Amino acid sequence: MDLRVSLVKGRLELKNPVLSAAGTFGSGLEYQDYGDLSTLGGIITNGLTLAPCSGLPMPRITEVPAGVLSAIGTQNDGVKQFVNEVLPRLPWNLVPVIPNLNASNVDAFSELSAILAEERGVAAMEVNLSCGNDHRGGYPFCQNPVTTARAISAVKRAAGDKPVIAKLSLRTMDIAEVAKAAEAAGADIISCIGMPEGMAVDVRTRRPLLGSVVGGISGPAIKPMALLSVWRVASVVQIPVIGVGGVCCAEDVLEFILAGAQAVCVGTASFADPSAIFRIVQNLPKVCEELEIQDLSAIRGSLELDFTR
Amino acid sequence: MISPVRSELTVSDNVPFGHPSAGSSGGYRFYALTLERPEWKDWRPGQFIMMRPAGAADSPQWARPFSICRVTSQGLVLFFRVAAPAWERFARLKSGDKVVVWGPLGTSFDVRPDTPTLLLARGIGIAPFAGYADKHPDPASLFLLFGHTYPSSNYPTDAMASRMELENLRDHTPEELEYFHTVMREKMITYRQRGGICLACGPISFLYRVWKDAVELGLPTQLSLEQRMACGTGVCLGCVTVTSQHWADPAHAGLPVQTCTSGPVFWASDIDLDARIPGGKG
Repeated sequence: MDLRVSLVKGRLELKNPVLSAAGTFGSGLEYQDYGDLSTLGGIITNGLTLAPCSGLPMPRITEVPAGVLSAIGTQNDGVKQFVNEVLPRLPWNLVPVIPNLNASNVDAFSELSAILAEERGVAAMEVNLSCGNDHRGGYPFCQNPVTTARAISAVKRAAGDKPVIAKLSLRTMDIAEVAKAAEAAGADIISCIGMPEGMAVDVRTRRPLLGSVVGGISGPAIKPMALLSVWRVASVVQIPVIGVGGVCCAEDVLEFILAGAQAVCVGTASFADPSAIFRIVQNLPKVCEELEIQDLSAIRGSLELDFTR
Repeated sequence: MISPVRSELTVSDNVPFGHPSAGSSGGYRFYALTLERPEWKDWRPGQFIMMRPAGAADSPQWARPFSICRVTSQGLVLFFRVAAPAWERFARLKSGDKVVVWGPLGTSFDVRPDTPTLLLARGIGIAPFAGYADKHPDPASLFLLFGHTYPSSNYPTDAMASRMELENLRDHTPEELEYFHTVMREKMITYRQRGGICLACGPISFLYRVWKDAVELGLPTQLSLEQRMACGTGVCLGCVTVTSQHWADPAHAGLPVQTCTSGPVFWASDIDLDARIPGGKG
């Protein structure tokens, strides 16, 4: 079965619609003992910042019902180390490698984009718009259409011909409006959703379970929110949408495609089993066959809303 | 470097150890779980595996880290404590059940045949030292000081005592714990004078004490850190510890590194358990 997906014609072609989600797959190298990276649709790498970043205090992660609550703070060695030491070791000629950009102001986003635009091994860039904006009191860029558009415009101007993915979260009044603003600002693709916020409490110690109190929720707990966001966003933009949130199996991939996604990211399922993403890619044709799906594009955004039949 | 392998293994046996806990909850706390032998090329004492029950591939429940207790010709032996409700699914495993395992993971304890070696363990931290004795050419030369909150019958102390010199001390009350710490420090001083090394495994409060003493005494000491881990592969960045200025890679000195991949076994001089993560985005 042909599972190929063209996200940006001639510039971002995937051999299947399954990518790794930022923050859950490292650079990809960490998983090469568990599967063939070149079988994936794409690798979205861990969050990158301009300078090395040591991240947030411990404890940083805890298990919650149906998911993960985490506050890592984009611990990474900076974009130069990624470009010089990590990217050359990735199979970028066999699978699209897409760095995830993090910054606290528009200039830093632009600078990051300019550095990565020079790299042949970078297929596209994903802009994490859940980052706190220093000029707006730390509120995320994606909180409103104006700051979203500014960040995307800045990245786009510096990105050359690399496609730009705007990753949106629910920390906004209306994700559809923000998606439209990102599209108008030049985003080639929308990705949703970034982790919604939450917290967890230990009744015995009477402390929060995370050192920074508030964290992001990921895993199956957020899949219904992610599906709804994809469905809403896909109905108002003309550019492709990538669904992120709680994908654990091939059936989940198809749910997002029915809701309107062109592709999906597998996130914390890779924590629970390092072969999860490879298994999903492997199972997808079989599940399609079972469900009599011959062509993904035929079912994309084709949710049947008539319950009388 | 030993490459980790993901395998689906069959449970051979899961034997409760010691006595059930008192009260209405009543279950056993400690188990010796034997799995069929994985097809690893090799493993080293101090390394660990991640494990979850199979057949729950779509479940978001995390795997859990287990110290490798022993690898025999028959199988992989793990010794664990049901420390929280999430561990009860491992206590329920029975012969014939399948589990998903990835490993061996992380760094290992030094084996120095001609160096006096002091082993320090508290509680479930005794687990890796069974495998350590297997891999050591002269286990009879090892000395294990073992502190335990629960009665010693809950731990494999008899099997260990038959292979190495072992002193076990109950550390249930504050007075018992203080005595354990006193004996521990005396042993560390003795091994420092003999030009020995020390290896320690157990809860973080215990390891902190060992770390403090090791740094102060200048006794070369390795600590096997236990942190909350989601993945075991180094990507979740949830299990970090802060390195000291002695860390081999100067670019990461004083910065957080993953316990699952840079550890779990660290030289005490390489880490700073008093440090806070500097924080702040670049």
